[in-house]
Amino acid sequence: MQTSADKTNQPLLDIANLKVDFHTPTGIVQAVRGLSFTLGRERLGIVGESGSGKSMTGRAILDLIPHPGVVGADRMMFRGQDLMAMDKRERRKLRGRHISMVMQDPKFSLNPVQTVGSQIAEAYRIHRKAGAREARERSLTMLESVQIREPARVYDLYPHEVSGGMGQRVMIAMMLIAEPEILIADEPTSALDVTVQLQILKILDDLVSERGMGLIFISHDLHLVQSFCDRVIVMYGGKVMETLPAAELADETTRGRRHPYTLGLLNCLPDLDHPREKLPTLNRDPAWLA
Amino acid sequence: MTNTAISVDRLNVSFGDSHVVKDLSFTVGQGESYGLVGESGSGKSTVLRVLSGLNREWSGNVAIAGAVQPKVRDKAFYRNVQMVFQDPYGSLHPKKTVDDTLAEPLAIHGIRDAEARIGKALSDVGLPASFRFRYPHQLSGGQRQRVAIARALVLEPSILLLDEPTSALDVSIQAEVLNLLAALRQERKLTYILVSHDLAVVGHMCERLLVMQFGRAVEEMTVETLSAREPQTAYAQQLLTASAGFRRTG
Repeated sequence: MQTSADKTNQPLLDIANLKVDFHTPTGIVQAVRGLSFTLGRERLGIVGESGSGKSMTGRAILDLIPHPGVVGADRMMFRGQDLMAMDKRERRKLRGRHISMVMQDPKFSLNPVQTVGSQIAEAYRIHRKAGAREARERSLTMLESVQIREPARVYDLYPHEVSGGMGQRVMIAMMLIAEPEILIADEPTSALDVTVQLQILKILDDLVSERGMGLIFISHDLHLVQSFCDRVIVMYGGKVMETLPAAELADETTRGRRHPYTLGLLNCLPDLDHPREKLPTLNRDPAWLA
Repeated sequence: MTNTAISVDRLNVSFGDSHVVKDLSFTVGQGESYGLVGESGSGKSTVLRVLSGLNREWSGNVAIAGAVQPKVRDKAFYRNVQMVFQDPYGSLHPKKTVDDTLAEPLAIHGIRDAEARIGKALSDVGLPASFRFRYPHQLSGGQRQRVAIARALVLEPSILLLDEPTSALDVSIQAEVLNLLAALRQERKLTYILVSHDLAVVGHMCERLLVMQFGRAVEEMTVETLSAREPQTAYAQQLLTASAGFRRTG
């Protein structure tokens, strides 16, 4: 499909001026307003508050924006292929196979009346055109690789029989079984305990460093993004406030260069090392959205 | 610490075969803010439910303001102890206005000056009076949590039980709600028990905290021990390390 020559230098994803508009009876709601970024084989964090358009960005890449949403972009390229020029059928072929997404809550994203194992196997059979037996074997290996101790037992469990952390690992196994080049993780760990959260991050981290996957990590947790990602996009009201190396979020010396919104977000977190009587609250400047 | 507001002695709670709180004892002084931390399933919310009288299946001793509490509490108890729940989207009745929500506890307790009290409760939590006849869906998450706090405060209790009051909120809104809770506590000399999985939030709000695991108390520490990151037990240390964020090894 792609020319092998510049495979390594070419970004996995190249997006320019992405817009998501919802045409509602009371007017147009702009969920994403002109977002541009490229994704290499890295961990890219997208942070922002609820309603900042971070989830909609992930969904727009996968063509999962529900009606009445309309996606527009000057450029949206996946490894040199123009996503905007593709029809629904071609986009569907990419989805799950080459670009996939882990949703926030496993409780609502798994089919409640199908065993978790068969759901993982189904993903493999569809994308890899494999037989039932091969799919089962691959699914068991996959469950093992997301650190599930007894894959054979878990395979036959229904979603309500697994814990939140295990459900999230099942979701990740399902999304990774087709070996996508890009994984979009939408708050994959925010429903989980800190220790389980770190295990899941370790799995994602290994995939990026070992398989060269591109990861878009959507989160509202600044501490987590700062410690886990390579680069961070800070979004507010559907716009990018700034893009910065993740390590600089914690770096006091670069504070002068930071966008006031990023600083505002950082300041309003309670901090064990800097106890304060009163937490500063965020002052939003309408000019940021101009 | 002066007087004891809450004392829990050898509390045990079982649901069927699972023993979720095991021999838990702690005391909270009057006007103190006490944190309960631990992972899901450690029993921290169950402790709050026992204290608030929502859970009636327990054994051990619970005393509030020196009075030993029976399994079924009387009306006066609820006037003194109120709870704020985690999810502001789930804890307000969707078909009742803010006014209805705040008027109900007053009606139950036969308090007359509802008008004035509701107005005061709203202004105490920083909501404009115009919000009084709104429905929950017309409010943002932070505003809903303010209504939930106003509902708890309208009876003028002395003890507030807070079950993850900010974990469903954005960080900027969390800061506002935490500031509000801190200011209210100072103003009214309230006693708090705060359940949270976020150690930074507990460190900000509380003077002492208890780390729980599998229903047992692992370690009680002061906020100074927490910020110095010098807990005595391995589990508390592990929890502290895990909350510091992701670390790449090798």
